[in-house]
Amino acid sequence: MTGDPLFADGFDWVVLAILVAKAVIGFTIVVVGVIFMIWFERKVVADMQNRIGPNRAGRWGLGQTLADGIKLIFKEDLKPDRADKPVFRLAPYLSVVPAFLTFTIVPIGGVFTGGNDGGVELFGRRTWMQVADPPVGVLFLLAMSSIAVYGIMLAGWSSGSKYPLLGSVRATAQMVSYEAALGLSVVAVVLLSGSLSTHDIVAAQAGSIFDWNVIATAAVPFVVFCVAATAELNRPPFDLVEAEQELVGGFHTEYSSIRFGMFYLAEFMNTITMSAIIVTLFLGGPAGPVLFGPPLIWGTLWFTLKLLVFLFIFVWLRATLPRYRYDQLMDLGWKRLIPLSLGWLLVIGAISIGRDAGWNRPLTLVGAFSLGVISWAALIGAMRVAKLRRGGDEFGELSTATERVG
Amino acid sequence: MIAQNIAFAILALVATLAALRVVTTRNVVHAALYLVVVLASVGALYVLLAAEFVAAVQILIYIGAIVVLFLFGIMLTRATIGVESDLDNDQRWIAAITGLFLLGVLTFVLVESFGDDQLPGLAGVSREELTAQRGTGAVGDAIFSTYLVPFEVISVLLLAALVGAIVLARRD
Repeated sequence: MTGDPLFADGFDWVVLAILVAKAVIGFTIVVVGVIFMIWFERKVVADMQNRIGPNRAGRWGLGQTLADGIKLIFKEDLKPDRADKPVFRLAPYLSVVPAFLTFTIVPIGGVFTGGNDGGVELFGRRTWMQVADPPVGVLFLLAMSSIAVYGIMLAGWSSGSKYPLLGSVRATAQMVSYEAALGLSVVAVVLLSGSLSTHDIVAAQAGSIFDWNVIATAAVPFVVFCVAATAELNRPPFDLVEAEQELVGGFHTEYSSIRFGMFYLAEFMNTITMSAIIVTLFLGGPAGPVLFGPPLIWGTLWFTLKLLVFLFIFVWLRATLPRYRYDQLMDLGWKRLIPLSLGWLLVIGAISIGRDAGWNRPLTLVGAFSLGVISWAALIGAMRVAKLRRGGDEFGELSTATERVG
Repeated sequence: MIAQNIAFAILALVATLAALRVVTTRNVVHAALYLVVVLASVGALYVLLAAEFVAAVQILIYIGAIVVLFLFGIMLTRATIGVESDLDNDQRWIAAITGLFLLGVLTFVLVESFGDDQLPGLAGVSREELTAQRGTGAVGDAIFSTYLVPFEVISVLLLAALVGAIVLARRD
């Protein structure tokens, strides 16, 4: 399998038109999704807190987001006197653009079972149901999530004020730390699918539910990915970046009007995109049973349903969990998630080598797992010893960033 | 080919101008941001050479990790906004000579090893062949077979740097 069949017969105006149409449709889906996601989050959180939530603008308050958007556009656009003006203006765009670009590699539908390759006919051309299918899809995802740091970091720095700066220093450390766990948990998926392209990863999961990567990788990379994704999104319980009680508003304290709106937009875009990526990488994307009618519709329907589950979980986490302390956050990232995903990767690697070489399957499983447990125990032991040598206070050392700045 | 040449010219121009701004701008953060532009242009050049894997890694490592850490360090120590006066030092001639020397060496190496060789055209090559020759799998195979020893040496070097950084950073 090599890339979108759209480009197989050269490049002409029809291909260009399809590309533009796909980009426009993708962008529309994300933006409309954001409008509903903001409403959904406010309504669900309100329900969980025994409130009513938005109920004035339109039926069930559905128009609330639009009303807020219009209000934001017409507000005065303040720029702090001490701000670095060009960077201050640039930062919101650096937040929004990667958020959308990540969505372009998500296959939102298509039939992958029964010998189909997930393509759809459009004006006599075959194409995938995703805006782009780069051969390095997963790396593209990681690259975009690492670029997303810039928006937050530069917003905080260019505001020329201390709370935003603190927020962005926290954000940078947090996002860089969790990127490693994010990347390592994806490698397990790539190992099983044998490809970096999101289309191929979805195609590899198309069979039964046991082909889904969440089960095929035995759930651990999935859990690590979900936790790391929540941290990458700066959503609760990892929202130290904009901890209202400590930092006023965090990195966007000095932003107002539509520039603030763009950060808001980017945050929800990222939530939707990350949920879509989780569904794509671990839950088979559009995979699911076809009950009746055309299978094409069912693919998109299953995808949307799975997406909604994750969006709900993100809101649920926000309404339920208290915020992590900074050193706990760093501990979780560096001392638990990264060793866990690295160890799991080795176990999965050993098992797939065993499968290729035809080793005794139960023996390989037992051997790989016991080696994993032994190295895990060794790691825990090493950390114990290090803590005891250090003087063994209960919290360990405070992370340098908060210690120096905070 | 003409489109590729135009794209190359634009990218090279952007990279060069941004590189000049890295050393002439009066603000450290701006210098780091111009460095991002340089690295992104180089990444785009890799795409132009049909080396997507290298391009993605360029973005991921250089822009997403190294410059982010630069900026992180700058923000923790001196996050001045506006013009800084103490950025220049009196080593600019040495720097210029070093730069010219490097340019000379690289040009010599390129001309000496490739001369008038031309990249094979991509017109008749099927996509499967292209992936087999230049795809991520090909890069991985090369790293873990032909270049295994350099790869391991670099890994150990990085580990040593990591341990060294921890030793230096710990105060007790």
